[in-house]
Amino acid sequence: MKKREPKKRYVLPGDFITTAPLRLQTNVVLEGKRIISTTIGLSDISDDSARVISLTGGYMPKIDDLVIGTITSVSGNSWFADINSCYQGMLLGQDVFGRGSYPTATEMRERLDKGDIVFAKIANFDRQREPLISIADKNLGRIDSGELVRISPTRIPRLIGKRGSMIQMIEASTNATLTVGQNGLVVVSCEETNGLLKALAAIRMVDEQAHLVDLTDRVKKMLENDGV
Amino acid sequence: MGGREANVVLLDENGIRSDGRKVNETRKVTIKAGVLKNANGSAYIEFGGNKILAGVFGPRDVHPKHMSNPDTGILRVRYHMEPFSVGERKKPAPSRREIEISKVIKEALEPAVMLENFPRTAVDVFLEVLQADGGTRCAALDAASVALADAGIPMKDMVCACAAGKAADALILDVNNEEDQAGQADMPIGYMPNLGKITLLQLDGVLTPDEYKKCIELGLEGCKQVYEIQKNALREKYFSSSDNS
Repeated sequence: MKKREPKKRYVLPGDFITTAPLRLQTNVVLEGKRIISTTIGLSDISDDSARVISLTGGYMPKIDDLVIGTITSVSGNSWFADINSCYQGMLLGQDVFGRGSYPTATEMRERLDKGDIVFAKIANFDRQREPLISIADKNLGRIDSGELVRISPTRIPRLIGKRGSMIQMIEASTNATLTVGQNGLVVVSCEETNGLLKALAAIRMVDEQAHLVDLTDRVKKMLENDGV
Repeated sequence: MGGREANVVLLDENGIRSDGRKVNETRKVTIKAGVLKNANGSAYIEFGGNKILAGVFGPRDVHPKHMSNPDTGILRVRYHMEPFSVGERKKPAPSRREIEISKVIKEALEPAVMLENFPRTAVDVFLEVLQADGGTRCAALDAASVALADAGIPMKDMVCACAAGKAADALILDVNNEEDQAGQADMPIGYMPNLGKITLLQLDGVLTPDEYKKCIELGLEGCKQVYEIQKNALREKYFSSSDNS
């Protein structure tokens, strides 16, 4: 009988994960009968699938992801936004002004101008075109205030935690509000300076120590201590 | 045959080479991953007297646009030697040799990187040779591979490289500058250790078919040793300060 591989292991590109016939999820590739890792990360074998949780790399747009972007240009009937990826997000004018409307350049600029920060959803993405983003939903749209933090996109799941546990913990103990984009950008807004600094420190901590098992306890400890 | 200078003792009667190594011994290799802040991935390698810095950017927009490929991402490599990397000042403009090495390193990395998920983008690899001491293309390839992994570019395998060759009628591992100048053959090998595939193979000099086979075997041994060092460099950056390894 084949020995069962331990559940989570640190792997590097090319490292062998398993020979079991499992469904391939993210960051793994099948070479012959062997499933191998394609990135630096943690291998995770569940009942029927194998994947590697990456510890490095940029953001790749995925439909329905919530992202934070910066408007880089206003052209014709659309805006282009930097979404911290190799592709630019495209926001159509009709998404903001409604179908069949033809806003003028001034109207476009009044609504969203170069440099504005938006919280948006990836509406559509295929290999042929730039990802389409949308702000036509509640909670989406321009972000007017807050502190913009950039962390590695691979740390976002860790920052959110299981069912949002990490983010809730940070918000509860600092009175800050965190707007988290899947692309590695986070907007922190908080009335008190101390809470803001603490929330920022917690985010930085998640960014630096995401691979550690006892991260939640460490962040908790840090948040409980007074002062930063 | 093929030797150019005879006044250096490349191999003494005890089988010790000009720099004190045995025939099947590589020079001291140290690699550090993630040394540059502004690059997406980076690595620094010291391969004997070679000192090389590698920086990786991307996947990112392709400029000029006509170079982009709608089916896949493209890999671009620039190997460059600093003017102060060699004894006599080297002109900083890319020479014929540097253009060739950029090409062979690119082609040695291409089988490993998986850019088909990043159409219309480019991954740029910059390799700066700060100090050269023979075998820079292998050392640069080693650094490039670590930097690509550090940047999170999906790869089927790491690429490790080491040269083997022939000097004073003996097969030697990891040819240094003197052995390259005065020796009989130099064979850089790039290798994907887990897939067992050779991605770079060049040969400058003359070997018999038998020597050729032995030389490849020797070179692959060197590659495997370098691979362990590459892995340790990445582990140190990503997995240190944790108990699970």
